[in-house]
Amino acid sequence: MEYTLRLGDNALILGQRLGEWCGHGPVLEQDIALSNVALDHLGQARMLMQYAAELKGEGYTEDKMAFFRDITEYHNCLLVELKNGDWGKTIARQFLFDTFNYFFYTGLLQSKDERLQAIAQKAIKEITYHAQWSAEWLIRLGDGTEESHKRVQKAIDALWEWTGELFEMDEVDEKMCEAGIGVDLAGVKQQWHEKTAEILEIATLKKPEDGWMQKGGKQGEHTEYLGYMLAEMQHLPRMHPEASW
Amino acid sequence: MYLRDFYGKAIARIFVTESTVKIMTKETSLEDRFQQYVDGENKVEPKDWMPEAYRKTLIRQISQHAHSEVVGMLPEANWITRAPSLRRKVALLAKVQDEAGHGLYLYSAAETLGADRMDLIKDLLSGKAKYSSIFNYPTPTWADMGAIGWLVDGAAIANQVMLCRTSYGPYARAMVRICKEESFHQRQGYEIMMTLARGSEAQKKMAQDALNRWWWPSLMMFGPTDDHSPNSAQSMKWKIKRKSNDELRQEFIDKTVPQAEFLGLRVPDDALRWNEERGHYDHGEIDWEEFYNVIKGNGPCNKQRMDARNKAHDAGAWVREAANAYAAKQAQKKQSSAA
Ligand SMILES: [Fe+2]
Ligand SMILES: [Fe+2]
Repeated sequence: MEYTLRLGDNALILGQRLGEWCGHGPVLEQDIALSNVALDHLGQARMLMQYAAELKGEGYTEDKMAFFRDITEYHNCLLVELKNGDWGKTIARQFLFDTFNYFFYTGLLQSKDERLQAIAQKAIKEITYHAQWSAEWLIRLGDGTEESHKRVQKAIDALWEWTGELFEMDEVDEKMCEAGIGVDLAGVKQQWHEKTAEILEIATLKKPEDGWMQKGGKQGEHTEYLGYMLAEMQHLPRMHPEASW
Repeated sequence: MYLRDFYGKAIARIFVTESTVKIMTKETSLEDRFQQYVDGENKVEPKDWMPEAYRKTLIRQISQHAHSEVVGMLPEANWITRAPSLRRKVALLAKVQDEAGHGLYLYSAAETLGADRMDLIKDLLSGKAKYSSIFNYPTPTWADMGAIGWLVDGAAIANQVMLCRTSYGPYARAMVRICKEESFHQRQGYEIMMTLARGSEAQKKMAQDALNRWWWPSLMMFGPTDDHSPNSAQSMKWKIKRKSNDELRQEFIDKTVPQAEFLGLRVPDDALRWNEERGHYDHGEIDWEEFYNVIKGNGPCNKQRMDARNKAHDAGAWVREAANAYAAKQAQKKQSSAA
């Protein structure tokens, strides 16, 4: 269940973050495009939360999973909970995460867990599109104007320390990997490095050196940002715990 | 029959194209021919001759409509991060995204008349162009998502169903597409209201409070009464509009009151009663002073909405520049590799 929740939390928290952009994008077409990405993530989050809720039992539902867990019970990686920043930072984060997600879900297509395999099957088309879209935007900004180049390079540099966690194998990952359910992150890491290097070069951007990496999200140790996000997201259902909406 | 109809339309079209007009002006003015063409229920297309005032009226109306779709995203986007269930969150985000799409279709329709989208947007951001005043009201509670879908999208539909038959072709076609989505939005809003009205005491109260706040502004969406609507007559004559403000308002009230009753909610109008003789609901006096005040910029959220639009536009400037610069570089590369 924890493995499924990690994936679900990544999708939910990123979808929630991207939802903040709706109505505030740089141009209508891109407002729509980013909302699409957010909708895909939220759709995936729902499938994963439903599955996690079933595994948990005890009358859990997707909404109880989403709205009645506190910050330490969230298992998303830290990268997705960071604030959106400007369009450059949002694109940079999407690029780093989407590229990871693409290789990860490609691996998940081989999962022995039928349900995860089916979810991956459904999600991979969307995720492939996301990875393409954010890579295109990264190139556009990197190779656009001097200002856009500067902004997006700064964003990539700032986000880099939050990428290490994506490939960190902990006990849960090891166990799932051995069972043939989870994905071997060492393989994903290599593919990710190759792909990001390739795209960053086309975008005329510099690939940062791997330095100190932040971690802890998967284990429930989060940044301050997530607390505010959950407060906002959860307040209404928590005010009326018995209500249905 | 088919052939005659076909030729009738084709001939009518020829009558109003610019190349033939000069010959015809001797007998009847272009305006008269245009009027005949419109009276014959023919659609005006971008390349057809049209009176300058018709073009201007349309650009103003379509761009106002586009601005309304875009500004209208804000009061609802306000609840995307706070929607109380994942299903509602997805539905709300998709709805607001639809409104952005409506904005796009409508800006495109305005561009077929020779307007430029960026100029139109500049007029919105400077405060020169107007948008529907309804979006200058706040959305403090979740029930506002229900009330907006049900009432605001509902009022928009009454207007837009009429516009599906408007005389300008591209506008009419955009409306057909938009109307389908709007009725979906309305059902979705009504369903939110229903869930609240059938829910706990607190939820019921939330729903009633939202109806209280949105009812009168929704009625104002149809614009001033007919005797105070100076441009309406010409728009009706050109078949841009096909029903008067008061007619549309009455239609909306007649349709909506029974829906409120079904929810078990009270419409906040003491004078509201069924008039057997007229076959319509009579309603109380609308506070037109409030209406004109909100138009003037004194609504609770006018500044907030304009600030949000301006902020998004300004913050997006470097992104648009970068996209243009990149596209220009790519085009140049293509050219030099072709040479
Ligand atoms: Fe709309
Ligand atoms: Fe709508």
